[in-house]
Amino acid sequence: MSRILTLRDALNEAMIEEMRRDENVFLMGEEVAEYNGAYKVSKGMLDAFGPKRVVDTPIAELGFAGIGVGAAMNGLRPIVEFMTWNFAVLAFDQIVNNAAKTVSQSAGEFHCPIVFRGPSGAAGQLAQQHSQTFEAWLANTPGIKVISCIDPHDSKGLLKAAIRDEDPICIMESEIMYGHKGEVPEGEILVEIGKAAVRREGTDVTLVSFNKMVEVCKSAADELAKDGISAEIIDLRTIRPLDIDTIINSVKKTNRIVVVDESWPFAGVSSEVTYNVQKFAFDYLDAPVIRVNSADTSLPYAPTFVEEFLPSPAKIITAVKQVMYR
Amino acid sequence: MAEVVAKAKTGKKPTSRKKSVKKYNKKTWLTWFETMYRIRKFEEKTLLAYSQQKIRGFCHVYIGQEAIGAALVTGIRKEDAVVTAYRQHGVGLSRGLSSDSCMAELFGKKTGCVKGKGGSMHFFSKKHNYFGGNGIVGAQIPIGTGIAFAEQYKGTDNLCVTMFGDGAARQGALYESFNMAMTWKLPVLYICENNGYAMGTSVERTSNVQDLYKIGSAFDMPSEAVDGMDPASVHEAFQRASEHIRSGQGPYYLEIKTYRYKGHSVSDPAKYRTKDELNSYKEKDPVIVVEQKILKDKIASQKEVDEIKKSIVDEINTAYKFADESDYPDGSELYSENYVQEDYPFLT
Repeated sequence: MSRILTLRDALNEAMIEEMRRDENVFLMGEEVAEYNGAYKVSKGMLDAFGPKRVVDTPIAELGFAGIGVGAAMNGLRPIVEFMTWNFAVLAFDQIVNNAAKTVSQSAGEFHCPIVFRGPSGAAGQLAQQHSQTFEAWLANTPGIKVISCIDPHDSKGLLKAAIRDEDPICIMESEIMYGHKGEVPEGEILVEIGKAAVRREGTDVTLVSFNKMVEVCKSAADELAKDGISAEIIDLRTIRPLDIDTIINSVKKTNRIVVVDESWPFAGVSSEVTYNVQKFAFDYLDAPVIRVNSADTSLPYAPTFVEEFLPSPAKIITAVKQVMYR
Repeated sequence: MAEVVAKAKTGKKPTSRKKSVKKYNKKTWLTWFETMYRIRKFEEKTLLAYSQQKIRGFCHVYIGQEAIGAALVTGIRKEDAVVTAYRQHGVGLSRGLSSDSCMAELFGKKTGCVKGKGGSMHFFSKKHNYFGGNGIVGAQIPIGTGIAFAEQYKGTDNLCVTMFGDGAARQGALYESFNMAMTWKLPVLYICENNGYAMGTSVERTSNVQDLYKIGSAFDMPSEAVDGMDPASVHEAFQRASEHIRSGQGPYYLEIKTYRYKGHSVSDPAKYRTKDELNSYKEKDPVIVVEQKILKDKIASQKEVDEIKKSIVDEINTAYKFADESDYPDGSELYSENYVQEDYPFLT
């Protein structure tokens, strides 16, 4: 039976189901237990599993991320929640220097099956330090996998797959999309890590995006349809490994592509997608690849700055018309 | 027990070596001597091989700190976990990794304990519960705390020995870990190997508090200072600490005062310390002192000691030959063991 669930509840179900399935899975982070989660993603889990498996930590991202890494090396399967990825910067030593390198530097003697998860990206007028995306930072590092998705069904299936995965995985969610609703059937859902989804089929232009920018692409596509332009929307879902085939197959059909990425433009996910398109679909392109990113600046507080900074339907429509020469 | 903890909470001065002399049997003394002699000879061969450019990269030897390695053999259980920093050859050997596999790792050969992928800073062995040498100063402190978290979670009575140097004692990771370990009563034995110098910078120049065991008192963690040049003192401290930890009372912290006779790494001439200082520590050389003790107290005969020495020298020579004659890993192994997933689609 199908139901409508919020992203928050879909993620909550994923963790509860996996913790019931495997007693070595536990959740750790700031406010996850007694407060029921800063964004209520872990609501009810303390009652269901007790303080041994739903662990409130002090505000010490480096410390509890490292405790997660050590626990994962020693047979457990931690889910480490960051209140936001902006705070996880304090823990990057453990993610990048340890979780990502455990298998390599021990030549496979030890694994690090850990999930680091939390919201990322701009979420209203939160100013410079609370509005960043980290997909490109982390996806640059071999040894970890990076997921960024806000579709409730797929987020549930990806989180469950991530908890079962033997490799360390970083999952980016979104503060302002935790209430985003979607159809999530009852029962087991697993979504393969490393596969993109075609959210909308189209014939004139490919829009490649991920996380909440997929919803912005949908708004743009609705407007474009009124102009007779049929846009195909690809939701990457996983950033590393990148599903290049799905992108290339779409470009071979539409011959035009716009990459919509909330990250900063420099050396970002959009650059990686663009590189692959020119390498594998050069002869199919009828126009240069264009990307729509957040501005190459920090994000200040005032609402006018937020509007200027983020990708929007209008900016996407302009970019699409550019690749369509219209 | 209560008395020990009460004393420990306020911190103790280094324990005296004279008290601990005759309590141990011949087997224990010879185990300590053999372990220390193995580490010393291994490290001397390492320096030779480095000068021959057979070993490359960063290389930090354990010469001077062998007594801690000796106590690791007798003071904790094989089931206990150990994690440490990059000065780790001696710790790996103490855990039971073979001289062959360790020397081959230093040479970067595929017969090394981690197939030539780790080198001098990164030995690992699941079989020996050795969670590695870590190259980022202090990074292993939260990791060791997490290894202990898993032991508590699984309900074992194993502990995790989490070792770091005096330099790492200044990292924020230590304070975060000490706090969580005490709050959750995790089974961790924290060991600061205080050899006086963080690379070229003395403790005096970077810390207002020179007795680093006092850091524990901010967390009400039982903490004490130990004479790190004497295996018996270190062994006894390990036993006191592990009894406390295994009783479920949480972590314990030992500042082990030791000395490295060589520079920070092979490229460091150690000009920041005086000859007098070095010579004063050489009089305390644990390998020499223990050998003299064994002979003077007639714990074993000269012949027995000579046999141990010869057998270790042979072992290290064999390890050198084994490492030298082994093959390098094939370049294609670059793509193996980055992920557990075997068909990970690398960008090429």
